[in-house]
Amino acid sequence: MNTVPVARGDAGTGGTASGNEMVNAVPVARGDGGTGGTASGGRRFQIYIHVPYCYRRCGYCDFNTYVAPASQRNGFADLALRELELVADELDQRGERLGPTASVYFGGGTPSLLPAGDLGRMLRTVGRIFGLAAGAEVTTEANPDTVDAAYLALLADQGFTRISFGMQSAVPDVLRGLDRQHDPERVRQVVAAGRQTGLDGSVDLIYGTPGETLADWETSLRAALDLGVNHVSAYALTLEPHTPMARRIRRGELAPIDEDQQAEKYELADELLGGSGLNWYEISNWARAGHESQHNLGYWTGAQWWGIGPGAHSSIGSERFWNAKAPATWAAKVKSGELPLAGRDQPNAEGLELERVMLALRTVGGVALASLQPQAAQRVDALVADGLVQLADGRLSLTRRGRLLADTVTRHLTFI
Amino acid sequence: MPSLDPKLIRNFCIIAHIDHGKSTLADRMLQKTGVVDQRVMRDQYLDRMEIERERGITIKSQAVCLPWTSRGTRYTLNLIDTPGHVDFSYEVSRSLAACEGAVLLVDSAQGIEAQTLANLYLAMENDLDIIPVLNKIDLPAAQPDKYAEELAHLIGGSPDDCLRVSGKTGEGVEALLDAIVGRITPPGGDSSAPARALIFDSVYDTYRGVVTYVRVVDGHLAARQRIAMMSTKASHELLEIGVISPEPVATAGLGVGEVGYLITGVKDVRQSRVGDTVTGQDRPATIPLAGYRDPKPMVFSGLYPMDGSDYPALRDALDKLKLNDAALSYEPETSVALGFGFRCGFLGLLHLEIIRERLEREFGLDIISTAPNVVYTVTMEDGTEHNVTNPSEFPEGKVSAVREPIVRATILTPAEFTGAVMELCQQRRGVMLGMDYLSPDRLEMRYTLPLAEIVFDFFDQLKSKTRGYASLDYDPAGIQEADLVKVDILLQGEPVDAFSAIVHKEKAYSYGVMMVGRLRKLIPRQQFEVPIQAAIGSRVIARENVRALRKDVLAKCYGGDITRKRKLLEKQKEGKKRMKSIGRVEIPQEAFIAALVSEPDPKK
Repeated sequence: MNTVPVARGDAGTGGTASGNEMVNAVPVARGDGGTGGTASGGRRFQIYIHVPYCYRRCGYCDFNTYVAPASQRNGFADLALRELELVADELDQRGERLGPTASVYFGGGTPSLLPAGDLGRMLRTVGRIFGLAAGAEVTTEANPDTVDAAYLALLADQGFTRISFGMQSAVPDVLRGLDRQHDPERVRQVVAAGRQTGLDGSVDLIYGTPGETLADWETSLRAALDLGVNHVSAYALTLEPHTPMARRIRRGELAPIDEDQQAEKYELADELLGGSGLNWYEISNWARAGHESQHNLGYWTGAQWWGIGPGAHSSIGSERFWNAKAPATWAAKVKSGELPLAGRDQPNAEGLELERVMLALRTVGGVALASLQPQAAQRVDALVADGLVQLADGRLSLTRRGRLLADTVTRHLTFI
Repeated sequence: MPSLDPKLIRNFCIIAHIDHGKSTLADRMLQKTGVVDQRVMRDQYLDRMEIERERGITIKSQAVCLPWTSRGTRYTLNLIDTPGHVDFSYEVSRSLAACEGAVLLVDSAQGIEAQTLANLYLAMENDLDIIPVLNKIDLPAAQPDKYAEELAHLIGGSPDDCLRVSGKTGEGVEALLDAIVGRITPPGGDSSAPARALIFDSVYDTYRGVVTYVRVVDGHLAARQRIAMMSTKASHELLEIGVISPEPVATAGLGVGEVGYLITGVKDVRQSRVGDTVTGQDRPATIPLAGYRDPKPMVFSGLYPMDGSDYPALRDALDKLKLNDAALSYEPETSVALGFGFRCGFLGLLHLEIIRERLEREFGLDIISTAPNVVYTVTMEDGTEHNVTNPSEFPEGKVSAVREPIVRATILTPAEFTGAVMELCQQRRGVMLGMDYLSPDRLEMRYTLPLAEIVFDFFDQLKSKTRGYASLDYDPAGIQEADLVKVDILLQGEPVDAFSAIVHKEKAYSYGVMMVGRLRKLIPRQQFEVPIQAAIGSRVIARENVRALRKDVLAKCYGGDITRKRKLLEKQKEGKKRMKSIGRVEIPQEAFIAALVSEPDPKK
């Protein structure tokens, strides 16, 4: 696993197993989403491509990743291209159009396990089918162990603008706890190499691993800042019950996750990153002005996106749908010329409002007070009094304390 | 109208502890007397209600008429089945009053138990002829000689008087039937006197209305006659009269010594009360049979539907159960924590448990019951008196005295646990009345105990301290003044009614500590700190804090999967409907329930 956007085929929302209707007809944007919105009146459109392969599975990871032989990995790009064509065919048949693409994001898994040429081919096909907006942000996640200067240069040559390195920690014991192998020095080298090729670099950190002290976390934060990156993502370790690490905690082999300590670590991160000019713009993301990930922001502020690859999720119009999770199932469907969807969901108005508030609240921009339902607006004063939100220019945004209790705030604003 | 000659009638009951095989023996008697065909024999034919069958105990007594030929003469044996639990001791006493003899049935692997002993004493007080019988002689662990000695010691007479049977194999059952004929006195009574019949059970039947079980003491009752209830003076036409054999068979009438049923068309067992005397309207008796009393609830508990919208269904269900249960009482009450429900009065804990189970099983209701409590009499300094059946209604202001019900308890225990039992009884404010050896290694201990201490987990503690060997029986023994206080539990300064309790002053602190500790574990953290306090009046005696929640946010939405997160919130939104608010504190109903039903602190 590397960084932010990883599609989760199981999703807890059912997929096919819980009786969600299988989707054959493709839901298409109708431009009536009403959330977010751009200057042109349409909604931002972005593409996510999920590369489901890793060298090894890490004990904490619940993402849709597989340790697969190179031969299988090498076939991935062609299948993804095929899936993009299927999406295009479907849109053609319906006479609908999406695009141009404002951003493309390759996540995983470990996209950097694929040859740089494969990533480039997929990007070119996205451009051919949907068009790439001027100045489009193109990111890939990368494991510091799997890339070198030549690889990064090749990415930059093919139009990539941004790279997000899975640094996780600068403390060897913590990295070992996360089953990560890289040498912290290695991160320094690849970040520097990326910068030389002109890629905007980001690093991902994980805090709250069992055994990690507050001092360990400070070490990691300072190491990340020393790299001189313009963007840091810091995620609290969250374990799904069936991961090996969760099992070890249940067996008493590892200390349980202490959410109070995670809160303390979050505050430390916000303190140190903010103090170095990297300001929070989304709960788990900090950047220098102008270096925010546009793709990431798109998720929270009402963009539409189509996800390619096993288990990838899409959000088009008011439809939410997702691909088959298992690579073999996904591949078989794509090969047979069928969109590899596994499930779909169409939230009602109440669900859409819940989604809008829960997502937008996570960003520094927050939500417009005027956009809230009257009963929700009535609760704002109490939230302000509790120090969870602040009001400015008619917008309501989370305080630092409120960011740590974002779900509580969401419930107050949407459980009418 | 000719009636059966009383000399050919034997009325008897079986006194036995739960599990000592009473119902199995009764079944065997039904078979041996040919009343029930082998084919239709169900196990434990007489235990009709589903719960009775499942728990293997008899809740409501029944009566069955068994024809038995002994030495060439045909007799009618009326087996009056008695309830087997302390909660129903009044019903037991009425069943005994309807008999001339009792079969004392004891498991030959376990010996006599406290309840059996209590009922045996009751039978002896009623001058019943006692036939001691050791059951389960087929068991490898049976020690019939040992327990025959014990029984002889209790009843008097020789160990050889003790019959030995196996309800399971049927061995000895015919000899027992002969002994019933030979050893039990036939009924007396004056056949020419005005009719008097003792009601020993009263059961509501959906199709027939109330079926009343009677034993005729004097005179004669006939079908179509008008009868009167001597306590209520209510009069009814006798629509049907008959005997149970073991299905109801209508007859022309019942005479002296006979046992059978009456149907008058009334719909509520309260109109036909256990212990009351039935007489003829035309020629009424003047003196009722002795021993009638109104059933009096001893234990109270709030019953609430888990789902508030089931409140009307709960009311209807209680109305229906009441038709069949003269001892059940209830009135509506409201709880901040639990919503709308009923404060119900019961004869005891088993009665409570049975009603709860029937509500759940027969009416499909999910029920929350608050911790059981007794009724307190509170006298204020200005002389006014209050009967408190719900701790949250304990009066405010200057209290001069609080009185609580007490019981006389009999505990039978192997001698090795004497110390443990004494310790437990002392902890529970017991006063020892005396103790006796039943046999070299078994002891009968008698105590006065507050009923409130018994309803709070006493029986379980007794069992665990004696490895299950001790048994308990108790009888109401009036009321006593005691140093009792009301402990309130407060969340953020707001009292939570369902957790108020009336406890002895010396135990108030430990109750408070236990309850706030339990709640601290159950109340989810909120965005602010929640103090939990236990207080007597305005004096706080225990305090805990639920620390403020610091983190309630997902690190990320895993790339496009916002659906999962939304669905999680939607589920919480659904769950919010079952949240109760105490001030600003939101508590899932499950936490309330867990706090109410959790096992008491084992350290106590």
